[in-house]
Amino acid sequence: MSIVLSAKNLSKSFYEPEEFQVLKNVSFDVQKGEFVSIVGKSGCGKSTLLYLISTLDTEYKGEIFMNEKKVTGLSQNELARFRNEHIGFVFQFHFLLPEFSALKNVMLPAEKLGKYSKSECEDRAYEKLKWLDMDKFALKLSSKLSGGQQQRVAIARALINDPTIMMGDEPTGNLDSNNTNIVFDILKDLCKSKGQTIISVTHDTEFAEKSDRIIEMKDGEIVKHEA
Amino acid sequence: MLNRVNFEIAKTHLLAKPRQTLIAMLGVTFGIGMYILMISFMQGFNEFLEDTLLSSTPDVRIYNDIKTDFSHSILDEISDTGKVLNVIHHPKPKDITPNLKSSARIIEDLKKDERVLAVSPQLATQVFYVSGPVQINGTLSGVNILEEAQLTGLQPKMKTGKIENLLTIDNGILMGHGLANKLNVHVGDMISLATPKGTAMRFRIVGTFQFGIGSLDNIKSYVNLSKVQQLVGKDNQYVTDIGIKLKNYDNATDVAKEFSDRYGYKADDWKTTNASAMVSILIRNVMTFVVSFTLLVVAGFGIYNIMSMTIQNKLKDIAILKAEGFSSGDIRQIFLTESVTIGVFGALSGLVLGFILSSGVYNLPFPKNDFISITHFPVVFHLKHYAFGMGFGIITTFIAGLMPSIKAGKIDPVAILRG
Repeated sequence: MSIVLSAKNLSKSFYEPEEFQVLKNVSFDVQKGEFVSIVGKSGCGKSTLLYLISTLDTEYKGEIFMNEKKVTGLSQNELARFRNEHIGFVFQFHFLLPEFSALKNVMLPAEKLGKYSKSECEDRAYEKLKWLDMDKFALKLSSKLSGGQQQRVAIARALINDPTIMMGDEPTGNLDSNNTNIVFDILKDLCKSKGQTIISVTHDTEFAEKSDRIIEMKDGEIVKHEA
Repeated sequence: MLNRVNFEIAKTHLLAKPRQTLIAMLGVTFGIGMYILMISFMQGFNEFLEDTLLSSTPDVRIYNDIKTDFSHSILDEISDTGKVLNVIHHPKPKDITPNLKSSARIIEDLKKDERVLAVSPQLATQVFYVSGPVQINGTLSGVNILEEAQLTGLQPKMKTGKIENLLTIDNGILMGHGLANKLNVHVGDMISLATPKGTAMRFRIVGTFQFGIGSLDNIKSYVNLSKVQQLVGKDNQYVTDIGIKLKNYDNATDVAKEFSDRYGYKADDWKTTNASAMVSILIRNVMTFVVSFTLLVVAGFGIYNIMSMTIQNKLKDIAILKAEGFSSGDIRQIFLTESVTIGVFGALSGLVLGFILSSGVYNLPFPKNDFISITHFPVVFHLKHYAFGMGFGIITTFIAGLMPSIKAGKIDPVAILRG
């Protein structure tokens, strides 16, 4: 098994409203095909950690390697390109673009990547939506979809460029238990059948327990690391 | 370069809120439309005025400016200035003739000058027009009518009769239309002219002209040069003015100065002669630009507002695009594209609106008036005004969209995604 993500001695402090160190020398590795949950009470730094390893937040000490490439210190434009190709996001509040159809929401990252032609992008987006059983809603405006449907579209969007890592920030946090189970099953299946690496922040212990590995955090440090 | 995906996102944003887009566009449309209307109308009026002025005044006029400066006396030159003080009370000139000496030589010389298109010697004098009990003070110009016509474009300004009649009919006179009306005389009637020196002569009216300038049409008449020379009792070399038409009237100022130095007489260019009218043209130009500029700036602020609001409403979308891998530059491009698209379509419809409005004004009848002889409002349709309006509209919206777009590019996605 190869290591797809390696975080080394990550530290981060906030200076507003007063100085506060949210992360203290956090180090961990993620293997390819793993489903990792990061858990902890709110304010423990788990979301901050996720945004560091997802390259969106660049103000930190320490180093991050992804696919053995050092991403720390890359320019904003290089990081944008890197995210586009290697990272897929699923957020708590779906965050689809409301003016676009479900299909277009899924297509945009692929079109941005520019690796495929427009019709290929569309085919791939359909394929992902179909796999998530959402193809019949493809042409619907995303703002007209229900919460669970939106989250599935968001997962399809995260997968469109076959990312190295899929990252979730409380992906089930805003869903009822039925939809939570659906989304979790999808993620689990992704991990098992397609070997998709998933890192997800959650405070849902039930969700966490079903994943391959739990990283538990407290006061900016990893306190428990269990498989 | 403009990225296709970014353009598609911008397009979707604009089309998702058609009403807001339309209102932003209307701001530009009205700004540009009013600019086109104002500039077409003002420019039309200026051109009309300039044309009228040019057709009634020669490009350069050489004349003898009588000096009344007597601070130096010839006595000073012949007496011993160190010891004698010469005092002259109430100096008064001898009877000076205001003509151009050696006019024939000057005319001949002028005709050789390659910048000169036409030369017309003139003898102008004050006269009283006498018709029965009516006496009107006015001016009489003795000219070679064909040369004068080349100079002032008299031909198209003829209201009745023809200028050639002056050549065929002895004692013919071409009279200002307003003057003829006041005297209640028509073509074929006789009229008596008396000079301040007491001489008088009778002329037959062979035509009337209307320059569209009251100060000319109500006082001026043309007769053959030799007739005026006869009337004032002078020889056939006696002329008071030489009018000159240049090949390029924009050079008039420089040429006038050169002629003045060369011949030792005063030479005025048409801009000096019509100084007050030139000032009003300048003021109208400045006004037009100030008002148009204000309109466009107001439209620009409208766009700035709408773009700022749009971006404020789209913080989440911007964050998600950034997380998906769109760079700051992409975000900037998306919103700048929206702003400039509003500008392009707003400006285009503004040009159409401007064209429709100025066509409307062009077809309005001009209030009937003795002083200005036009039937409808003067409006010009110059391509350069439309090009300028288009360019200015796009530049304004670009600048108005730039600041909000840069701000959008700088948005930190983490702060928004974390809520």
